[in-house]
Amino acid sequence: MKILAVAISIAVGAVAPAYAIGMIGTKAVEALGRNPEAESAIRTTMILALAFAEAIAIYALVVALILKFA
Amino acid sequence: MPKISIKAEIIFHLFALDITNSMIASVIVFLLTVFIALYFKKQSTLSRKSNFYYLIKFFVKSIYDLFHSVLGDKTNVFFPILFAFFFYILLENWFGLLPGVGSLLIKVKEGHEEVFVPLLRGNNADLNTTLALAIISVFSIQFFSIKYLGIKKYLHKFFNFSDPISFFVGILDILSEFSKILSFAFRLFGNIFAGEVLLTIVAFLVPVLASFPFIGLEIFVGFVQALVFSMLTAVFLSGAIAEHH
Repeated sequence: MKILAVAISIAVGAVAPAYAIGMIGTKAVEALGRNPEAESAIRTTMILALAFAEAIAIYALVVALILKFA
Repeated sequence: MPKISIKAEIIFHLFALDITNSMIASVIVFLLTVFIALYFKKQSTLSRKSNFYYLIKFFVKSIYDLFHSVLGDKTNVFFPILFAFFFYILLENWFGLLPGVGSLLIKVKEGHEEVFVPLLRGNNADLNTTLALAIISVFSIQFFSIKYLGIKKYLHKFFNFSDPISFFVGILDILSEFSKILSFAFRLFGNIFAGEVLLTIVAFLVPVLASFPFIGLEIFVGFVQALVFSMLTAVFLSGAIAEHH
């Protein structure tokens, strides 16, 4: 039962961030295609946004790890 | 399979203080950081500089340009603290990947039984370290905000009685300052601890060569997380010292 809780918490928690990261990547590539000179600015902003999106997956991961090992 | 522990293990007691394995690692990384900084300072005065100097200089220059795009003309004021965050977290993350860290075991007494615990532990795989870094970061943001805006404008950001909407927005802003601490701490801890667990599990699934690409991934993750931590501090700083309308 505990293992199931661990699996569900990370599986459900990873769905939304995966979608968000895909979205960020798409939009960044789109922006790059329109305006290739702004590459460095786009890259910096993209990595920041990625970190925010990824942090949510990490929260789910932390919960899963705490359930598993503590 | 080795036991994976989410908290740092106690190695010995110094008076009333419990010395954990991540504290020992943090002292080593701290000395390394100070040593590199002093070496860099000494080399910068010499006429013939070593290659290592130029390597660090290249690092410093690229990071400086990155922060310059966020902070503009105030970069020189904040660059020392931001680069210190970046460099210290980077060394901590990479130190945790060295062979021997986490795999060298030592025998300690726990209660009545003797157990084997790792002598060193990747520093950011301990929530205490990342929480300390997050608190330093968020409190320095508040400090610089007060310094640049003055105490009156700083409080006005959070307590605005002119209309109900801005009053509730102010309350939300207070909450968001506290959630910044949690999000900084958990992001760094989660990434690095997950990396350690991943490396351990992969090494026990496939013993030969399989962990190699994951080590490469962890080196990259360690760099990105150090960059993200200092970059987010820079972004929040530039927002906190800007005049509020």
